[in-house]
Amino acid sequence: MTQVPADSYVTEDGRTIGPTVMEMKNITLRFGGVKAITDISFDIREGEIRAIIGPNGAGKSSMLNVISGFYVPQEGEVWYKGAKRPAMKPYQVAQQGIARTFQNIALFEGMSVLDNVMTGRLRQMNANLIQQALWKGRAEKEEVENRAFVEKIIDFLEIQHIRKTPVGRLPYGLKKRVELARALAAEPSILLLDEPMAGMNVEEKEDMSRFILDMNDEFGTTIALIEHDMGVVMDLSDRVVVMDYGKKIGDGTPDEVRNNQDVIDAYLGVAHD
Amino acid sequence: MFRKKLTNSVKSAPLEVEESLARFWPVPTGLREDKNLAQSSQATGGLASIPALLQRNAAQFANKDAYREKEFGIWQTWTWAETEKEIEALALGLINLGVEEGDFVAIIGRNRPYFYWSMVAAQSVGAVPVPVYNDSAADEMEYILGHCGAKYAIVEDQEQVDKVIEIQEHLHQFKHMIYIDPRGLRKYDHHQLHEFSHIQAQGRAAHDEWITDLEARRSKLTYDSTCVMLYTSGTTGKPKGVVLSNRNVIESAKNSVEFDNLGAGEEILAYLPMAWVGDFIFSVGQSYWTGFCVNCPESADTMMTDLREIGPTYYFAPPRVFETQLTSVMIRMEDAGKMKYRMFHHFMNHAKKVGGDILDGKPVGLLDRLKYKLGDMLVYGPLKDTLGFGRVRVGYTAGEAIGPEIFEFYRSLGINLKQLYGQTEATVFITAQPDGEVRADTVGVPSPDVEIKIDDKGEIHYRSPGVFVEYFNNPESTASTKDAEGWVATGDAGFFEEGSGHLRIIDRAKDVGKMADGSMFAPKYVENKLKFYPDILEAVLFGNGRDRCVAFINIDLTAVGNWAERNNIPYASYQELAGHPKVLESIQSHVETVNQSVADDPMLAGCQIHRFLVLHKELDADDGEMTRTRKVRRVVVAEKFKDLVDALYGGASSVSTTTEVTYEDGRKGSISATLDLRDAKVVPMASKVAAE
Repeated sequence: MTQVPADSYVTEDGRTIGPTVMEMKNITLRFGGVKAITDISFDIREGEIRAIIGPNGAGKSSMLNVISGFYVPQEGEVWYKGAKRPAMKPYQVAQQGIARTFQNIALFEGMSVLDNVMTGRLRQMNANLIQQALWKGRAEKEEVENRAFVEKIIDFLEIQHIRKTPVGRLPYGLKKRVELARALAAEPSILLLDEPMAGMNVEEKEDMSRFILDMNDEFGTTIALIEHDMGVVMDLSDRVVVMDYGKKIGDGTPDEVRNNQDVIDAYLGVAHD
Repeated sequence: MFRKKLTNSVKSAPLEVEESLARFWPVPTGLREDKNLAQSSQATGGLASIPALLQRNAAQFANKDAYREKEFGIWQTWTWAETEKEIEALALGLINLGVEEGDFVAIIGRNRPYFYWSMVAAQSVGAVPVPVYNDSAADEMEYILGHCGAKYAIVEDQEQVDKVIEIQEHLHQFKHMIYIDPRGLRKYDHHQLHEFSHIQAQGRAAHDEWITDLEARRSKLTYDSTCVMLYTSGTTGKPKGVVLSNRNVIESAKNSVEFDNLGAGEEILAYLPMAWVGDFIFSVGQSYWTGFCVNCPESADTMMTDLREIGPTYYFAPPRVFETQLTSVMIRMEDAGKMKYRMFHHFMNHAKKVGGDILDGKPVGLLDRLKYKLGDMLVYGPLKDTLGFGRVRVGYTAGEAIGPEIFEFYRSLGINLKQLYGQTEATVFITAQPDGEVRADTVGVPSPDVEIKIDDKGEIHYRSPGVFVEYFNNPESTASTKDAEGWVATGDAGFFEEGSGHLRIIDRAKDVGKMADGSMFAPKYVENKLKFYPDILEAVLFGNGRDRCVAFINIDLTAVGNWAERNNIPYASYQELAGHPKVLESIQSHVETVNQSVADDPMLAGCQIHRFLVLHKELDADDGEMTRTRKVRRVVVAEKFKDLVDALYGGASSVSTTTEVTYEDGRKGSISATLDLRDAKVVPMASKVAAE
């Protein structure tokens, strides 16, 4: 067995969780007078599956949007790989290696699955416009390399049979998988999943859970996900952040969170003052 | 070329076979001429085993493609020379791992080159490959692995690894497992678990250490050593391990290759279960004998696309596959534009009229021929291409009776689709239809070197070089199936048609029974007539020893679902659709039409269906109601749904029932339903008698 560094630990199922890769410090996000997020801090460690849960309107998606750079918080700091992150455009965040999927699927409906997944590789393509247009030199070489990579992901997510199918013709569950493929194609160091299992049946949920675990296992991808299905969250994640009304009410392993009185109240419903 | 050289040196053909053939029916002249080529009881040129054929192919066809598999969107190819190296590396790796001569090696996975290599590598080291259905539930797998005492298993991925680990504690002799796809397995305990590529790498590294051992083991293989052991699907009782020798496999491959004139240029798509004898003969026996290329699809879901890309020249499918494809063509035509729709039906009607005759080389008028040519350009050609049948020279269907409509549809397009009749115990071939003598209701003439006799009870018996060695560890069953002279009882009842000499199958001999009034009860005969309707997937007839027949019916969810969509009939599940009054009406009309056609045959008129119901669940292999090859287990069904059978024989018009179902992951649940019992019109027997 290799030596585990001091800032890492090994989980029960044998995965190594590394040091903190992203840290949110006292984030507050306001839309006019509405406070979506109030003073929230938590961290994401390398190689872990980190879930953010909470009732509707708790601010989960806003939190994810802060991480991916869609929203810039009024207060607080985002630390990524040991450095404070300045205010950034979403594409700059993506260039830093943070990829995401969306709650309500944002794919190019008219394009094939393959082309959609290829767009996830844009960050790895450097050929200029003329090279691309003539498909010469660097453009050709890059396309071949990237296609090979994309094919590995298509194989991994078992979507070979729809490779050439336009996305618009696919059922919901498969679209979700294609979106995951596109995010994965970017070789992210952190992958943000916004409700990857919403609207799926039990079988599709089981498939998706398996893909998430395999992704984490195979590529060592750090995953932060929002999910409503408590069973899934508790099974998948290493640590869970619980939000309610924009505030953090719990943070810890699934077992700790499950026994946290505030969390139980938020989910079972207790009169708020 | 090589074939000529080989067969010319064979001169020890037993001649009495031809005489005994003549005793039972006229031998077609075409076969007579082949006799001295086709019959060799001794292997020649050292080609007594599959590994020996591999070495010959690697020398003779070094740069010819042997295997292709679509992976990562591209057809990956291995030539015969590369194949030999891959197999050798694996064989050395297996020796290195401790595999000994006579060990059984289970092979569990879908059709992939790696598994075909595994089988030949196992043979090379003197072990016996045992391919297992990869969708078997854990307990079925446990029975097979326990029965043959497999010490090793080569499996596909995490799913299969988990299954074997689950049963491993009951398998005391089990030693090592090798997997191909490492995904999700990194964290598993690797004491008894190995990655395929690592075993090959270890084999290459240990080349000098083991190569003499490997060569010695390989040279010990004879025509009588075991080539493969295949478990029968078992319509009754536990599966039996059929031991096939090199002689069985190579002789059968050789004879069938000559019968259809197959050469090294053929392309086949290997997509049928590896545990089935047919796949072993086509993808291993015939491929190694002739040197043709075996193509493996990317995944089960991409089979149709891959079929189209490869365009096989030699194709094999059970009737079910042809049915599914025809249904999907018809459904898609419904969505086509008016112009296309009318053109399609116009030319298909023409093809129906003359297509079959043109294929059989019968005289057809010039105008009709020209119109057929035009149709070929506009409709048949593109359609064949879409289906992936553009290049099919020889196509076979077997396993079950095929609907005459379906059969004629493909033949009228100009696809040389034929029927054959075979068994695991016969190394496939018992009878086959020669080109130009193809009909939907027969299974053809005896295959080369096969003798057939029909006993007084009507059961078909055969004797051939393909007759299996034994059922493994089961001398009683061996003795009751194969007699001292080598005749094997098929368990099927049938007769030779006068004039043509073609064999016709009536039913499983044990299923043929008697009705209360003594008339013949042949369930399959009636069920097949029902199943030829696209909206009926399965039918089960009851009536043995009773005064009248009743039936269970399963609807075809694809066909009926599509019909429902078109007619704005909403449904949420199979169960709901199966209980819809309009569906029941249409099924009833089919049943009544079948009754009329059954009544036409005075011998079987008693088998008309008096009452029927549409089952609330699909019969499923996971629930034990069917075999893995999707044949109905009659006894199980009768027992499990006893309440329904009783209700059909009772007077009620509906019945409530609860049935236990098993999900794919092994969990159990139950479904309950209230089923309509329907009366069907029957043609009165009395009027028949009066007419006579």
